[in-house]
Amino acid sequence: MRGLGVSGAVVRYGELVAVDAVDLAVEPGEIVALLGASGSGKSSLLRGIAGLEPLAAGSIGWDGRDVSGVPVYARGFGMMFQDGQLFNHLSVEGNIAYGLYREPRARRGVRVAELLDVVGLPGYGKRRVDELSGGQAQRVALARSLAPRPRLLLLDEPLSALDRNLREHLVGVLGDALRTTGTTAIYVTHDQDEAFALADRVGVMADGRLLQLDAPEMLWRRPASREVAEFLGYEPFIAPGLAARLGRVRAAEGELVAIGPAGLVAASGGVVVPIEEQRHQRGEVLIDVRLPDGQLATVRSAEKVAGEGLGVALDPTGCAVVPG
Amino acid sequence: MAVALWSLAVLVPLGFLAVFFAWPVAGLVGRGFVADGAFSLDGVRSVLSAPRTWRIIGQTLGQAVAGTVVAVLLGIPGAYLLYRCRFPGRALLRAVVSVPFVLPTVVVGVAFRSLFAAQGPLGGLGLDETFAAIVVALVFFNYSVIVRTVGALWSRLDPRAAEAAQLLGASPLRVFLTVTLPAIAPAVLSGASLVFLFCASAFGIVMVMGGVRFSTIETEIWYQTTQLLDLPAAAALSIVQLVVVVAALVIAGRARTRAEHALRLRGDATAEQPWRWRRDLLPTLITASVVVGLLGVPMVHLVVRSFVTADGWGWRNYELLATTGSGSLAVPVWTAAANSLVIAAQASAIAVLLGVLVSLVASRRPRSTGLAIGVRALDAAFMLPLGVSAVTVGFGFLITLNRPPLDLRTSPILIPIAQAIVALPLVVRTLLPVLRAIDPRQREAAAMLGAGQGRVLATIDGALALRGLGLAIGFAFATSLGEFGATSFLSRPEHPTLPTVVFRLIGRPGADNFGMAMAASVVLAVLTAAVMAAAELVRPKEAEL
Repeated sequence: MRGLGVSGAVVRYGELVAVDAVDLAVEPGEIVALLGASGSGKSSLLRGIAGLEPLAAGSIGWDGRDVSGVPVYARGFGMMFQDGQLFNHLSVEGNIAYGLYREPRARRGVRVAELLDVVGLPGYGKRRVDELSGGQAQRVALARSLAPRPRLLLLDEPLSALDRNLREHLVGVLGDALRTTGTTAIYVTHDQDEAFALADRVGVMADGRLLQLDAPEMLWRRPASREVAEFLGYEPFIAPGLAARLGRVRAAEGELVAIGPAGLVAASGGVVVPIEEQRHQRGEVLIDVRLPDGQLATVRSAEKVAGEGLGVALDPTGCAVVPG
Repeated sequence: MAVALWSLAVLVPLGFLAVFFAWPVAGLVGRGFVADGAFSLDGVRSVLSAPRTWRIIGQTLGQAVAGTVVAVLLGIPGAYLLYRCRFPGRALLRAVVSVPFVLPTVVVGVAFRSLFAAQGPLGGLGLDETFAAIVVALVFFNYSVIVRTVGALWSRLDPRAAEAAQLLGASPLRVFLTVTLPAIAPAVLSGASLVFLFCASAFGIVMVMGGVRFSTIETEIWYQTTQLLDLPAAAALSIVQLVVVVAALVIAGRARTRAEHALRLRGDATAEQPWRWRRDLLPTLITASVVVGLLGVPMVHLVVRSFVTADGWGWRNYELLATTGSGSLAVPVWTAAANSLVIAAQASAIAVLLGVLVSLVASRRPRSTGLAIGVRALDAAFMLPLGVSAVTVGFGFLITLNRPPLDLRTSPILIPIAQAIVALPLVVRTLLPVLRAIDPRQREAAAMLGAGQGRVLATIDGALALRGLGLAIGFAFATSLGEFGATSFLSRPEHPTLPTVVFRLIGRPGADNFGMAMAASVVLAVLTAAVMAAAELVRPKEAEL
């Protein structure tokens, strides 16, 4: 087996089981994102893979060889921390070259310059790191973790401390950097936009377990459970009977239809339901309606609608079927 | 390999502490329980039933409490002004305030003594050899401890809580009493217990200023051992001293833990504000009076007095430093000064080497509970010398290291070792906070970049500890330059240090001897202040003292 193989990994903090028997395989060159709320165990799993937390059970392997007993520094894995953890007493250059100490001095300089180009900060080598902005600091942290060419790069919510615009920009920088360097990576985040933008496959974690691991469109189309669907933003969940009344979505008995953010649309010939509230969000109007089964659902519209009722229908491409 | 190295880093300092601290102290205390070759409580019982003992315990506690209370009352406004307000000249003022703490006790004693002496400039106050005079000198010493511990916390205190209270209609006084004071209370408590510790174990000051009427447990131990040769009495007093000190250390430790946990601090950002006339007038007036009246007058007086000779102003007192003072001393004062510098260099080397090892070990955060307890115990063990009287250490050396297997009585290394023991806690308290402040994820980040344990230690811990090293060396050097308690037992007349020479000169009659004592004090003060001024330039913000 090539690449990373995690089997039955358990990480405990005293009584608390943070990672509960997780299996995970990552192929060379692949980028896997792990999604989950805070406390879901995704960061603990990452630390377990890195060797920063001891495994209570299970094993970590690379290319079929067990590395569970190999110390952190000898595993050949890299990590990018949430807050960068740059070394303030070293310059930008000193930080990036930190992991290159085994290479000859001349090669180090070349590699540092190369990486500063990759992350879009050419000429920043001599700067002090405490003079960098938050976004620049994270780029340097990325360059530093890529410099020793880790066979696996672990990224622990690297952008979550930044504001939204910067984050959206840096996701692009990160993705390009990972792809151009052909780095195998596990990217932990609670932001699904980041995960979907970057990853070949996305996993969803909750309560220390890996609930589902799939290609982004598969994960979105076929959430394996109600829990996964809820985490992705599907709501509400309706019975097959109601789904059939509202549109052409078929689900078997015992299954539920999950309505995604664009799953319910205004339709002149649709079922008329009462409007509860209308509000603006980013140029759209969100209309909360009361479905016949009593649940609230949201319809997106270009502008506010008059009257107390609205005809609605399901759009099958915005809905998913999950086990009940 | 790594395990062997860590074990060495634990065992070397522990062995040193055992041989040169625990054994001598235990040896001295043990003598208190032995009479006619058998275990006996008679000696201890007779000491504890003597009215003189209780008078001395009462005096010790009385002056320590008074010194602490006054230092806290004056120190809080000082902390506010020097750490919460921004104004030109603040850095200089902070430096001036921190000088007294490192001045040798003998020097301070001499300065105040000549200030309050009947023919001195403040002789009219009738304070010579009084309780009040000793308390004033103690406050002089410890003022900066309160200013610094309270100020360091205050400057990082989130100002929004006080702002919220103001917006709820609280007056400035009410804001201070209900919001600010509770927030800085842990630092006040922690600083106060340190000051209490220093006051309760004051030796040099009381020796010089107390005359025959005032003594503390510490001077009494000296008196009983060297003058009356009553070891059981001295041992019993050492035990009493130990109880007082441990109580103060426990309170200090608790307060520090609370201070570290319960506060809303503003990370690195400061909560300083520009000085404003109306708001800051009162603390400014108080602090100005303290700096000029309490700190400035004795220091200036000492310098001025050192130039007073029988025939007017002149350098005569300094010229006499090249002599033995008409036979009062065995060697010229300059020789003693050279001795002091050599000994201080040796003591600092020992203290810093051991302090680095202890700090490295004590800054680890092992996963196993047993090891974690061990690390905490190590930290505590190296704080003990701060509490056990230097006099006890010095005398313990004399009676335990004087025969095989370790006969060091005639060895010149004994004094630097004793001084290193006294300086070690200060070195640890300077380095350890710096190492503890390192985010453990910095070490993880280094390990993830392929650095093994040794490289992490060198490039992360080592690189940052270097910032504390300058201050640690400064503290060690200054402490050992001015050390008097232990040295007074160990130094011999033909190989004296500067503080023992000053003490000897001040006890001799004659204007020349007194003048020489003044000049020698100034030399000692200038040496110490120069060392500390250099060390302060590289002070890391995490240091506790």
